[in-house]
Amino acid sequence: MMSMGALAGFSLGSLSCTKTGVEEFLQKHIREMSEGEKKAVIGRLEAKYLRQYSRKVRISTQPAEKGTLWGYGLDLSRCIGCRRCVYACVKENNQSRVKPQLQWIRVIRLKKGSLINLENAEHYYNPETVPEPGFMYMPVQCQQCENPPCVRVCPVKATWTEPDGIVTVDYNWCIGCRYCMAACPYKGRVFNWTEPNLPAAELNTEVHYLGNRPRMKNVVEKCTFCLQRVRQGRYPACVEICPTGTRKFGNLLDPNSEIRYLIENKRVFRLKEDFNTEPKFYYFFSA
Amino acid sequence: MKVMLLFISVLSIGFSLPASAAQQDEFPVAPPPFTEGIFPCSACHAGLGLNTKKRVLKDEHTTIELRHAEKERWCLDCHHARNRDKLKLADGETINFTESYRLCGQCHGNIYRDWRAGIHGKRIGFFKGGKRIYFLCVNCHDPHNPKFKPLKPEPPPIRPELQYGK
Repeated sequence: MMSMGALAGFSLGSLSCTKTGVEEFLQKHIREMSEGEKKAVIGRLEAKYLRQYSRKVRISTQPAEKGTLWGYGLDLSRCIGCRRCVYACVKENNQSRVKPQLQWIRVIRLKKGSLINLENAEHYYNPETVPEPGFMYMPVQCQQCENPPCVRVCPVKATWTEPDGIVTVDYNWCIGCRYCMAACPYKGRVFNWTEPNLPAAELNTEVHYLGNRPRMKNVVEKCTFCLQRVRQGRYPACVEICPTGTRKFGNLLDPNSEIRYLIENKRVFRLKEDFNTEPKFYYFFSA
Repeated sequence: MKVMLLFISVLSIGFSLPASAAQQDEFPVAPPPFTEGIFPCSACHAGLGLNTKKRVLKDEHTTIELRHAEKERWCLDCHHARNRDKLKLADGETINFTESYRLCGQCHGNIYRDWRAGIHGKRIGFFKGGKRIYFLCVNCHDPHNPKFKPLKPEPPPIRPELQYGK
């Protein structure tokens, strides 16, 4: 299924002409889906999930709200590396649990004083308790780049940036070539090498078409800032679970938001800024 | 001049009254984490005499170990001596337990500033179009022993070679 967003992006990006003009140019090879066709696709997918999991899944297609551009803040002086966010994310976003175990957040451990030495980062650390003396922790997930290399390399336009800044994947359009994974400098994307293993009892049934709906074998997936939640005005799951209040979230276009406050008042940096990816994920130091 | 003074005092009264009401709206805080059955404090303290001498408590509250500038202070510097269900600020103002962030903010001014902006601490629920809850300082920091305690981390990810086999 060619999604609504992909087409919208296409028509706006490369051809700034009327709808008729676009249709003429494309000669019906690609055309925008009607509301009825979208409904039929959602219905088909809901029926498929019902057969697969014996549970009623509600797939939302809620579009991005005008005037929103989501941004994320992560306080490196507070993170203790407890990985609560990793598992809250897995639960909320219906990732495969084991074989394959897919996670959208990777918490890396760095020696204090060598924060830029990412080559020596460790993400399999497993001490009795955290934080460990002499180390600091840096969770890394999709940075929702303004200039996303993953989108540029996709040969089938199965991934794109939504108007609210979230880079999404149409799982039914993805062909599994994994070019996007190779292009991403943050290891922000993971791949379903086998049929995902998601027990029906653990399925989160409140899903979004572009977000946490169950995936299938041979598709790429990634963090969407919990698009299904944030478009309803709720904080992402990782923000809510964090026991140290490390994670901050808000609308970059709202001058009174928490994210704007921290960008304006704290020492912030964006990971691998020199790649010109323009992430909307701000690491900061509150102390 | 007198008229001016009067005017200023009227102004300040006019502003200070709704200010406290507005504060309740601005900070929809989580319930304070009382030990089960301990609140209201007056349930026990109403019948007890008042002893303002700094001392180690031997009969009650023995699980509380004060590790929070304990040399400089003790219970009644924060807890109200005569109105046990309230807290007290340094200037003598009586406040509710749900406003305890003001008490903490007296010393931790820069943290209080960040907390009000939503940068220190944690907010959950809806940031727009629904109910939002702000965690109080004491929801994460034990006020008597505020240092954040180490946690057991969740398990590390499975290594790829173990996931798929070689």
